[in-house]
Amino acid sequence: MGKIVAVTGNEAVAEALRQINPDVCAAYPITPQTDMMQRFSSFVSDGKVDTELILVESEHSAMSACIGASAGGGRVATATSGPGLALMWEMLYVASGMRLPIVMPVVNRSLSAPLNIHGDHSDAMGARDSGWIQLWSENAQEAYDNTIQAFRIGEHMEIRLPVMVCLDGFIISHSIERMEYLDDNVVKAFVGEYKSLNPLLDIENPKSYGPLILPDLYMEYKRAQHEVMTKVKDVVLNVADDFEKLSKRKYGLFETYRLDDADIAIVILNSAAGTAKDVIDQFRAKGIKAGLLKPRLFRPFPYEEVADAIKNVKALCVMDRADSFGAYGPLFIELCGVALHLQERPLMINKIYGLGGRDFMPEHAELVLNELVEISKTGKVKTFKEYIGVRE
Amino acid sequence: MTTPLRLKELSKKEDRFTHGHRMCSGCGAPIIVKMVLLASEYPVVACSSTGCLEVSSCISLLTAWKIPWIHSAFENAAATIAGTETMYRALKKQGKIDKEIKFITFCGDGGTYDIGFQSLSGAMERGHDMLYICYDNGAYMNTGIQRSSATPFGADTTTNPAGSKIPGKLQKRKDLTKIMAAHNIPYVAQASPAHWQDLIKKVRKAFEIKGPKFMNVIAPCNRGWRSRTDDAIALCRLAVDTCYWPLYEVENGVTKITFKPKEKKPIVEFLKPQGRFKHLFKPENEWMLKKIQEDIDHEWELLQKCSVVEEKAKAEEK
Repeated sequence: MGKIVAVTGNEAVAEALRQINPDVCAAYPITPQTDMMQRFSSFVSDGKVDTELILVESEHSAMSACIGASAGGGRVATATSGPGLALMWEMLYVASGMRLPIVMPVVNRSLSAPLNIHGDHSDAMGARDSGWIQLWSENAQEAYDNTIQAFRIGEHMEIRLPVMVCLDGFIISHSIERMEYLDDNVVKAFVGEYKSLNPLLDIENPKSYGPLILPDLYMEYKRAQHEVMTKVKDVVLNVADDFEKLSKRKYGLFETYRLDDADIAIVILNSAAGTAKDVIDQFRAKGIKAGLLKPRLFRPFPYEEVADAIKNVKALCVMDRADSFGAYGPLFIELCGVALHLQERPLMINKIYGLGGRDFMPEHAELVLNELVEISKTGKVKTFKEYIGVRE
Repeated sequence: MTTPLRLKELSKKEDRFTHGHRMCSGCGAPIIVKMVLLASEYPVVACSSTGCLEVSSCISLLTAWKIPWIHSAFENAAATIAGTETMYRALKKQGKIDKEIKFITFCGDGGTYDIGFQSLSGAMERGHDMLYICYDNGAYMNTGIQRSSATPFGADTTTNPAGSKIPGKLQKRKDLTKIMAAHNIPYVAQASPAHWQDLIKKVRKAFEIKGPKFMNVIAPCNRGWRSRTDDAIALCRLAVDTCYWPLYEVENGVTKITFKPKEKKPIVEFLKPQGRFKHLFKPENEWMLKKIQEDIDHEWELLQKCSVVEEKAKAEEK
């Protein structure tokens, strides 16, 4: 079972989409996603999928077409990056507001200006409040696995929400890694037949999608979106259990690395977690109790579970590959929410790193861990928010 | 079987767009929607862009649509229905749907000429099997009569008010029907609800043609046009009789005028009953009336020429 391959992140996600064989996909080129849907287009041209592909004229139309297609009553996917996600912004809210289980890999990229095409989380962080479920992926394997699980999560009859699968632009999308593909039949059986809910194409039972809702009811709709988000964690965990049975790979709401007895810890998303884990091993070798937490489910955010995982940590650095100018980084702000659930909270600092594809090097993680050692000794934080790896 | 093109027969059919919607009395848009949906027996899925028709036809828990209908946003009706049409093809291919379903959009001029133009152009180029119907009332009426690129020269709108220095809109309207014809799609037509048989015939023809179709239909808005609420159809007729809104179609590149007024009326007859053109009748704005007439004469001349040439070419082919 399964097959060990050496592939890029884009290739891996395109392969997942081939195995899932959605009814309709929309595609529009944008670096660094382009090559993912390009590969998928070859599957369409070569008859390896039954998917009807819509090669739209913009990302706004890509998401609009996905909305029309998903409302129609079938399985739908698209993919994008950075400015493409920004152009979709209006339609992201429509997709989640209509409760359409569209799956969208987001190959994370920075936002202009200045123009930059490289890895950065500003795109998906900008979309965090759009009502989409967000799964984040450290490497090609996780991007592939998350894409497969995303369909089960979003299409779950008690959920029916769109899902973003985030992976780092270039660092993951364009680097070749060793990973395992599941067999086609295993993926197909795992994902299952698409179950439609109120399909627009049911001519006998006409439905109206997208009404005008005035202040008398609008808030109830929005509250319902919050309510459904509270059920997502359980579904994510159940789907992960099922997935583990066939893949032997374990997924949760987040990953912890040597965190159980850690005094100091880093909270970090996606590919940079891999670099940080190596440095944590070095610190552990020196006898320093360092650990790491890597969120996987960012929306909805598992506050209580993260709080429980970090409750014994003395000093914590939350690392953001996105900024909220004039405020703390978006991940740090979430950890402030986590702190509300702790009687005794760790001392916390926020580092902004890796914007626009700036390399995150082991020495950056080292710098951070050394500072955490200092903070845990002195009990004092010098600066709450700082940029690392930046020219002064 | 298709219902005979007689009012008596058509009136027996069930309305697929019901009463109870909240469009203003005398609005052209719901008349057009009803006519279009009466035109054919095919099951239809419709899509609207944000606008008067959309906000007035599906509010809260109420809907006037007895057919499947979707609205997603303002600038993307063409892309949205293109998605549904594609899902239809996907499911039909897999044997999950067997019915012959038609796809229509009903959008105003703002959502078509301006903000939705890219989405429309893209959907037409990609060849989706759909009929895009623009109900053109010549301004952003839903937000309160702001200028659009469909607003005619000289008209007074809330963003182009006829003031002491600037006498209304100083630019000509975009000729969208011709622009859509330039997409080389199989069928493009211009229609008016006053000529209902012509309109219905065009819709029926469009439904029998595979691929993307576009129809531009004039739709009076008495709020924006500052006209009487019972004048909608009369104004549509005047628009055609003055050649402000010629009725024609472009089928596979062949232009055909489908109705030629016996006697072309002066444009002032169309402008006079509309408050939005009131200022044009001041002595200092006489040049504007002259220009409007000249432009219409010129465009009508061009349309006739191109229509005649094509007819000749057809005859020669035979």
